[in-house]
Amino acid sequence: MASTNTQWGMVIDVDKCIGCQGCVVACQSENNIPINTEDLFNQRRAIEWIRVERYWEGEFPDVKARFIPILCQHCNDAPCEPVCPVFATYHNNEGMNVQVYNRCIGTRFCANNCPYHVRFFNFWEPEWPETLTNQLNPDVTVRSRGIMEKCTFCIQRIRRTSREAARDGEELSDDSRELNPACVNACPTDTLFFGDLNDPDSKVAKLAKEEMSDDGRGYHLMPQYGTSPNVIYLKKVDESTKDSNGSHE
Amino acid sequence: MQEHVQLTQKQINDDLLSSVLHTPRWWWPAVIVTGIIFLTGMGAFGYMLNQGVGVTGLNRPVFWGAYMVNFVFFIGISHAGIMISAILRLTQAEWRRPVTRAAEVLTVFSLMSALMAAPLVHVGRPWRADLWVFPYDFARGIWINIRSPFIWDPSAVMTYLTASSLFVFIALIPDLAVIRDRASGYTRKFYALMAMGWRGTPRQWKLQAIAGILLSALVLPVFVSVHSIVSWDFAVQIAPEAWHSTIFAPYFIIGAIHSGVSAVATLMVIMVWVWGWDKYLKPDHLDAIGRLLIIVATTWFFFFFLEWVFALYTLEDAELAMRDLQVFQWPWSGLFILFLVTAYFIPVPMWLFKSIRRSYFWMFVTTILVNIGMWLERFLIIVPGTMRRGEFIFDWGSYHPSIIEILMVIMTFAWVVLGMLVFTKLFPLIPLFDIKEGMVGRDEIRIGRRIVPASIRE
Repeated sequence: MASTNTQWGMVIDVDKCIGCQGCVVACQSENNIPINTEDLFNQRRAIEWIRVERYWEGEFPDVKARFIPILCQHCNDAPCEPVCPVFATYHNNEGMNVQVYNRCIGTRFCANNCPYHVRFFNFWEPEWPETLTNQLNPDVTVRSRGIMEKCTFCIQRIRRTSREAARDGEELSDDSRELNPACVNACPTDTLFFGDLNDPDSKVAKLAKEEMSDDGRGYHLMPQYGTSPNVIYLKKVDESTKDSNGSHE
Repeated sequence: MQEHVQLTQKQINDDLLSSVLHTPRWWWPAVIVTGIIFLTGMGAFGYMLNQGVGVTGLNRPVFWGAYMVNFVFFIGISHAGIMISAILRLTQAEWRRPVTRAAEVLTVFSLMSALMAAPLVHVGRPWRADLWVFPYDFARGIWINIRSPFIWDPSAVMTYLTASSLFVFIALIPDLAVIRDRASGYTRKFYALMAMGWRGTPRQWKLQAIAGILLSALVLPVFVSVHSIVSWDFAVQIAPEAWHSTIFAPYFIIGAIHSGVSAVATLMVIMVWVWGWDKYLKPDHLDAIGRLLIIVATTWFFFFFLEWVFALYTLEDAELAMRDLQVFQWPWSGLFILFLVTAYFIPVPMWLFKSIRRSYFWMFVTTILVNIGMWLERFLIIVPGTMRRGEFIFDWGSYHPSIIEILMVIMTFAWVVLGMLVFTKLFPLIPLFDIKEGMVGRDEIRIGRRIVPASIRE
């Protein structure tokens, strides 16, 4: 059961990411995110709680495509939290950075102060084609225009699973597909891992312990901002990393 | 020192009440035109309310744009009031007398414009901002986040607005009584009510003077706090580059004084041109304001330079990339040069010449230039700052204001003009009693064979 001792976190193995965007689609349908049309992308107002950034490395013909999935890092020292005048975003006792849609007035202060650019503003009233209105997830609020939204680690799934586990007297397991966020379930290459970082037996805690050590591949995104994120990235393994004698700088 | 024209009390009354007691032919057309501009802006605001913030040019990551620029700009303009009426009053600068009220009224209306720009049209759900940023929803236990500069902002601005309104009102009371005595019918009732039984007894004068001095002293902390807080809207943020200099607060304050005092000079020239008050707002006054502006502008430029030094000294990639964007990349480079030239390099060398400082026309041109430059300054701080030239180039963004935003920016300017126009119709824009006090202060009487000043300044 989710106690105050829980610290939800994610490990993202960049080495495994093939850039298929499966996580993006899963997130869109799980969390009632409006359809990102070409127009919205051109306006730079598309909402993707998780996105796969693609970078090209090298000169043609030796070009490598690099992918990195970026979502809300659920920082422990989140820069978005202190600047919200109405406490629409705050830290809950499970280590998550959560957003209260009803309270948000849309100052966009939080989004400005997020180094990861993972907060999204509803510039327009969200709309779905007629045929898709019935696929909306009843567990997730449909946001109105004028407010911020962002990755919740699929909190509705965590809540339901922990409630049901408590009811049935079972232990929460991070193997449970019910518990995992939609992006983790959708990933075909097991790039994403989700679980309780405070539970020493969980997959993420083990990975974090192993990979955040000196010779591990783990790193935090943009550590210079001192946000202490709950998302850990594992470095890509290739020729260039091998050459650096285990030091992954 | 200033040349002096001694005027009779009757002449002062006739001259300065002309804007109130007579309606010039241009007044109604001017009100109607600015009114239409204002209503067009309100229409644009209604359209934005109906459609969503999407009608602006804002996007990810440039979440703040022209509205925020306008907010900072108008708070800057509002520093005129405090500079002219409080600081010059406390330092007993004689030349402030005819401009105090105009500066204070400009302050009041530009603060309203600022409030219109930032909490009202800026936020995604203005109807909620009303409920949660101003009167808080204590009943449901929803408290405000006092760590957020967006809570400090309304507190500072509302304090300033309250203080300035009181200031304007207290200085108006003796003049209201003068108008009351010249009006008839319902206008007389209106002014009688506003004058609150002013008879000009020594006790009333004493209270009025004490209130004025107290307000100017009490408002001094606001002088420092308001624009510091506005600068902290930016400086407390860690993510956008270019907002990290520790000099941000003083840099903003001095910039505000630069644009505010310039705006007052512009206003003075307009007052002379429109009502012919050149006996009250003499080239002397512009000369004094011009000299003040040279100091203010140069201090501001020094702080601006320091801000750059601090920024470049860090040698952080993102910071350097952002500065590179500001200075070398079109269209920001063009704006940057325009900003530097208009805010400093044209006006200040011109002000060095006495003939320019004493010319209504040239003071008008240069002070307008300063405010164009200062608007651009804020634009160049906010927009390239939020464009985030960080290491993750996937998220780089740009911004240009949409027509809706431009209409609303013009609306806030129209609001100030409209407010000033209506104010001048209802109340004298140059304080009668202050001018008379100045005249009395210069009276000379003959005692025996000597001519001595009639009153001694304590």
